[in-house]
Amino acid sequence: MTLDMNPTALISLLRRASLGLAIALSSHIVCAQLTVEIGGAGSAQYPIALMGFTGDAIADEVNAIVRSDLNKSGLFRVLPEAQKIDYAQSPNIAALRSAGADTIAWGTLNKVGAGLEFRLKLQDAVRNSELDNAILTLRADPRFAGHQIADRIYEKVTGQKGFFTSRLAYVTHLGRESVELRVADWDGQFPQTALRAKEPLISLSFSPDASRLAYVSFESRKASIYTHELSTGARKMIANHRGTNSAPSFSPNGTTLAAALSRDGLAQIYTMDLNGEKLRRMTTSAGIDTEPSFSADGANIYFVSDRGGQPQIYRMPAAGGDAQRVTFTGDYNISPAASPDGKLLTYIARRNGRFMAAVMNLTTQQETIISDGSADESPSFVSNSQFVIYASKQRGRGVLTLASVDGKVRSTLSLPSADIRDPAFSAPLK
Amino acid sequence: MKIKQLFLLSCVAFLASCASKVPLTDLPSVVDRTATDQSMDGKNASGTGGTGSNAANNGLGISTPGGGASSNAISTVDAGSNNVTQPDAGMLAKRSIYFDYDSFAIRDDAKAILQAHAKNLSNKRSSKIALEGHTDERGGGEYNLALGQKRANAVQEALQLLGVLPSQMEAVSFGKEKPKSTGASEEGYAENRRADIQYK
Repeated sequence: MTLDMNPTALISLLRRASLGLAIALSSHIVCAQLTVEIGGAGSAQYPIALMGFTGDAIADEVNAIVRSDLNKSGLFRVLPEAQKIDYAQSPNIAALRSAGADTIAWGTLNKVGAGLEFRLKLQDAVRNSELDNAILTLRADPRFAGHQIADRIYEKVTGQKGFFTSRLAYVTHLGRESVELRVADWDGQFPQTALRAKEPLISLSFSPDASRLAYVSFESRKASIYTHELSTGARKMIANHRGTNSAPSFSPNGTTLAAALSRDGLAQIYTMDLNGEKLRRMTTSAGIDTEPSFSADGANIYFVSDRGGQPQIYRMPAAGGDAQRVTFTGDYNISPAASPDGKLLTYIARRNGRFMAAVMNLTTQQETIISDGSADESPSFVSNSQFVIYASKQRGRGVLTLASVDGKVRSTLSLPSADIRDPAFSAPLK
Repeated sequence: MKIKQLFLLSCVAFLASCASKVPLTDLPSVVDRTATDQSMDGKNASGTGGTGSNAANNGLGISTPGGGASSNAISTVDAGSNNVTQPDAGMLAKRSIYFDYDSFAIRDDAKAILQAHAKNLSNKRSSKIALEGHTDERGGGEYNLALGQKRANAVQEALQLLGVLPSQMEAVSFGKEKPKSTGASEEGYAENRRADIQYK
């Protein structure tokens, strides 16, 4: 990293540069934890010295989470620095600078009421200027508190919001009749099983507040749409019309679901409320219309249609109206999802017989294949629009891949002896 | 059960191939492994399938598991493994309608099966069936779900034309989610491109 680059220039460089990453894995629950492997070589990272935290007894545990998050993001290289510095003290900036740190983070953690308070200091070691000096109010859960601190550091250094307080939901196939819906931290760690099933589960969609999931279950020997409140486990079958009920997707305001129903013949796009009522047919085509997905502003619905003979991605007003074709490269483009910042679209493109995750710049229509796989599925953006998560295959096994939108950094999340599929990434938890 | 269905289908494929314009390329490779069924089935003489390239059937009900004409190997059958064709098993025992790649057209080899089920369902209006569409594993889960539905719909329409009431049927889809064959080969893919008739 050059010495006097401002954050904007750094981000711009990072977008173009290859990034690498060192990984720290916690191994508490090894059998259930996802393994994270980072592909993509390179050195353009933010080198940061993370000093040990002072204060409460859980400070070390919180510090380890911050370190793990920053490393796993692919954007940071955390120096092996263990010295503890109190918030009110000043580290030896010159020494840390010569050890390679561009940024230095330190702070003090204290219990306040039912939660935690963290006094954070961030120093730009290159310019020797203060980057942040803040009092953060955190949840009492040390893991979540660590994610909150990492979010703050990520944002101050990169200029983009962090996504470490997001949740990752996915489906594991442990056997032919053993399927589990799991919800974990953003990096797949600390998974909790939300549902055990004997029949497949597909097409997870988080509500905007991350409190519930919509998905398709085949438990009634056909595809039906359910919503599932994660804290209570309360499930509701909201679409069980004749034929196939599938591809649910929440609207950004959380009040509406778009879905594909075949109740009137071939799959067509419908919207409904969260009780499955106020059903409204949105498309009327002679072909298959499926995989609806709202734009971030809620004004449009992207979807797949083979009305032109081959599956391509179209966009229509969420209020109803004519659809316009969006993808023109190749003869098979499916599974659209728009970025939260409204600028990008991710989807699966079949190119030369390979199904690969792609990102399109919606302004320039420029397409970037971000995958090196051949059987990718179910792509979606993380909350800051800088990464896409999708399902892929490695040596015949289902894994999840987190790839930067330029395709230059790819992390793989896998389980030792199970398929993982259908990832969904929530917005950051409040 | 699966093997029996395959064999029965291959018989139909052979019979149908006289009239069919399209050669059925995806069936012969399964015939030799199922030949032990033939001694129980009056149609065993036709068991070598549509292309004639497979000489596995020697007419004595002895199979050649490797599929080669030179082998005298006798396949081992576990008694009770349900691979014996039942005497009453006719067209009604066949529950799978197969499709060509990227196709939703009912093939000629399915017509006798559909006619048998249509007759059965017309004679017994209280009977209800589900038509379950499937696809091979290539491509997206949701788009395949819609394609499987299209196959199930095609079978439903054919049965309706043959007199079955719409209220007796529901066409549904499993897409690629419940493959009968997990092999990533053309034979495996062909086995998964189908709609199953399930009596409720």
